[in-house]
Amino acid sequence: MIIDAIKNGVVIDHIRAGMCMEIYRILDLERLACSVAILKNVSSRKMGKKDIIKVDEMFDIDLEVLGYIDPNITVSIIKNGEIAEKRKLELPDKVTNVIKCKNPRCITSTEQELPHVFRLTDRENRIYRCIYCESKPG
Amino acid sequence: MCSLIDIVDLSTAEIDELIEKACDIIGNPSAYSQKCAGKRLATLFFEPSTRTRLSFEAAMYDLGGTVIGFSDSASSSASKGESVADTARMVSCYADIIVMRHPKEGAPLVASMKAGVPVINAGDGGHNHPTQTLTDLLTISREKGRLSGMTVGLCGDLKFGRTVHSLIVALARYEGIKIVLISPEELRLPEYMIQNVLGKSGMDYVETKDMDSVIGSLDVLYMTRVQRERFFNEADYIRLKDSYILTPDKLAHAGDSLCIMHPLPRVNEISVAVDDDPRACYFKQAMYGKFIRMALILKMLEIES
Repeated sequence: MIIDAIKNGVVIDHIRAGMCMEIYRILDLERLACSVAILKNVSSRKMGKKDIIKVDEMFDIDLEVLGYIDPNITVSIIKNGEIAEKRKLELPDKVTNVIKCKNPRCITSTEQELPHVFRLTDRENRIYRCIYCESKPG
Repeated sequence: MCSLIDIVDLSTAEIDELIEKACDIIGNPSAYSQKCAGKRLATLFFEPSTRTRLSFEAAMYDLGGTVIGFSDSASSSASKGESVADTARMVSCYADIIVMRHPKEGAPLVASMKAGVPVINAGDGGHNHPTQTLTDLLTISREKGRLSGMTVGLCGDLKFGRTVHSLIVALARYEGIKIVLISPEELRLPEYMIQNVLGKSGMDYVETKDMDSVIGSLDVLYMTRVQRERFFNEADYIRLKDSYILTPDKLAHAGDSLCIMHPLPRVNEISVAVDDDPRACYFKQAMYGKFIRMALILKMLEIES
């Protein structure tokens, strides 16, 4: 299957197979008017299978959210048909309004417009906890 | 301006400083009787409390300050749907410091983010209750003369008891503490506490179901209530409930200097016959609660001696 190379835009690569639609949704790529290619189950030597998203336009990409989903994802900025920059992802120290706290005893369940904030409490095991009630996402 | 939401917000040096200050207040209360003159404390209690609210109010009055507030959510604008953030922001227009108890976990943290004055968490559901932990530490310090080098037994509901969890976290900072966990299988200390706190701190600990076999080795015995609703079936509750009731018979095996503590309210887990035993410290513990809260209010309001 051939997808045209993009001239100016963003390539989100090394997405775990099956995760691309989740990333599409979280990054709200629906709002873009340009071409967006979603490649699922692409063969990968390193990963076996992977997903790729190519966006044919520059846009503000939320690296924190991507880092939270999977820090092994790679983001390349394409300018004039060439990779101009590779952005490294890291597990963010905190994520806001990416995941919802599901603890019914948490203040987020009743307080109006309170942002749902999760903080990284254990980098080694990638554990985030709600800043209000300390529950893990679930 | 700082707030106290979780006991981990305080460094060990700050905890030691608060204990030292509370001891100074106990020794010389008149020196502190006007320290908070002109200052106002707001007690926002969205659920009922006896000891915590009254001890905060008594603490502020004994410092020469005044108190405003409410003792249940029905008598506040929360009953009209006002948010915690709005309540905190509004109350900080009238008070210099806020004490909040709320059934929702994290509510005092939300208040501290919006209030323009310090906020003290006086219990947020089953989550944190840092001033109870400070009270416990002051009690141990006063009754044992130290916070290190001792064996502390924790008995009863170790699974859900927030006071037990916070006390273990706080004691993990001190040297030479051995923890003896006494509970039925159903109410054992959660695995994450064993791994993340006891394991990481390297604190010596043992688990047992049998109080009689360990009571003689304890310097402190911290009792908690075994609640019927925590059991999956009634038969287990009936089988286990009496094993964890402290009676004069059980105390016959304990040392003379044992310090018996309980966060209160007590239901039946300590026999009334134990109350007059000199080793019973739980009512003194309630008294110490006022003094540590006095020390805390002074610290939060940055009032120097």
